[in-house]
Amino acid sequence: MAPQAHTDKVFEAELGALRDKLLDMGGRVEAALSASVRSLVERDSALAEKVKQQDREINRLEVDIDEMCRRLLALRQPAASDLRFITTALKIVTDLERMGDLAVNVADRALDLNQAPPLRPFHDLASLASLCEAQLKKALDAFVERDIRKAEEVLGDDDHLDALYLKLFNELLTYMMEDARVIRRATGILFAAKHLERFGDHAMNVAEMVIYMVKGTDVRHPHSREVQMPRP
Amino acid sequence: MAAIGPSGCGKSTFLRCLNRMHELIPGARAEGQLLLDGQDLLSREVDPVLLRRRVGMVFQRPNPFPTMSVRDNVAAGLRLNGIRGSHDEMVERTLRQAALWDEVKDRLQESAVGLSGGQQQRLCIARALAVEPEVLLMDEPASALDPIATAKIEDLIHELRERYTIVIVTHNMQQAARVSDQTAFFYMGQLIEVGPTEKMFTNPEEQRTEDYVTGKFG
Repeated sequence: MAPQAHTDKVFEAELGALRDKLLDMGGRVEAALSASVRSLVERDSALAEKVKQQDREINRLEVDIDEMCRRLLALRQPAASDLRFITTALKIVTDLERMGDLAVNVADRALDLNQAPPLRPFHDLASLASLCEAQLKKALDAFVERDIRKAEEVLGDDDHLDALYLKLFNELLTYMMEDARVIRRATGILFAAKHLERFGDHAMNVAEMVIYMVKGTDVRHPHSREVQMPRP
Repeated sequence: MAAIGPSGCGKSTFLRCLNRMHELIPGARAEGQLLLDGQDLLSREVDPVLLRRRVGMVFQRPNPFPTMSVRDNVAAGLRLNGIRGSHDEMVERTLRQAALWDEVKDRLQESAVGLSGGQQQRLCIARALAVEPEVLLMDEPASALDPIATAKIEDLIHELRERYTIVIVTHNMQQAARVSDQTAFFYMGQLIEVGPTEKMFTNPEEQRTEDYVTGKFG
């Protein structure tokens, strides 16, 4: 059975517009990450500058989406799945904006690193980046398709991302111990890797909110329930 | 508890059964049991007149007795139940409970129809409270009122629910969400779902409830 549409066609269209805008923003964040890593790996400073420029558009979308959500909450008093959709949008827009900032951080590292001779290529950095992109893409797909299974995959795959980051960290550490002259550059790469790891965490936040949106159950911080204060 | 659902879904009919007002409609009948403190209200041994003293009702349109003063409207319930006396103390107490005393204390002898719609409705609530019921039924009590008068009624419901069990029928879903602890959704004569109000409006179990509260039909 196809999901039933709202009787109020304007409301239906407004919800559709909100979803489209979130996806537009998600697509731009994906592109920003991909470009920022490319600017680092391919030593393309012009591309890094472009990432920084284009982040303004991502920031503007955050403000727009917040405004749309506030408007819908005030004027439509949404309930049930509509309420969960709009509150999810309000939450994930913050994650997406932070992810855009992290792409900018990677671009900043690239601008810095591109001034110095290249260190040897770190393939794990590129793998880390493509895993991050895949995580965000899957989280956004889960959002659009209301697919809990995909969202759960994102949560599961975060471990791979963390493992890859740790591997890169150790590798860079040994490299720095071997040769003190590379410390500045290696730290730059380490920062970039850390930004990517954080990017993955935000993708995980998005996936958690998608599960809440679809099922109405909050899967965040499972252990926090154990220390919850009793209600007055 | 609030009952919601589209027009004709049976929520008012359900409400009427709770104090056997359905019996006033020719040919109407009720099946099953309606338990209040373990007693079946539909049983022949229960006197409907006495039952309606325990289970009071407030209607959609304020219906004060037009020929009576404000004071007599409140005292009417007691008079009809054969309780004599001056009733002054009870009238004041009940009007205070209905959050109306300050507005009418100087016009107790004036006609009730001179009050505003919102005041008339609170007067009807006072009249229902005068006989000290256990349960108060409200059928769209604010649908004929402006937003401020509605807010006063809702505020009153918040106060009264500490002391009385209130069952309210409303077309206004936000009103149900604001005033009730439990919400029941009726559709085409059936109770589809009943549960904590917060759950019914954030994550209901039934698809039909979901579709109704998100405005997909009804």
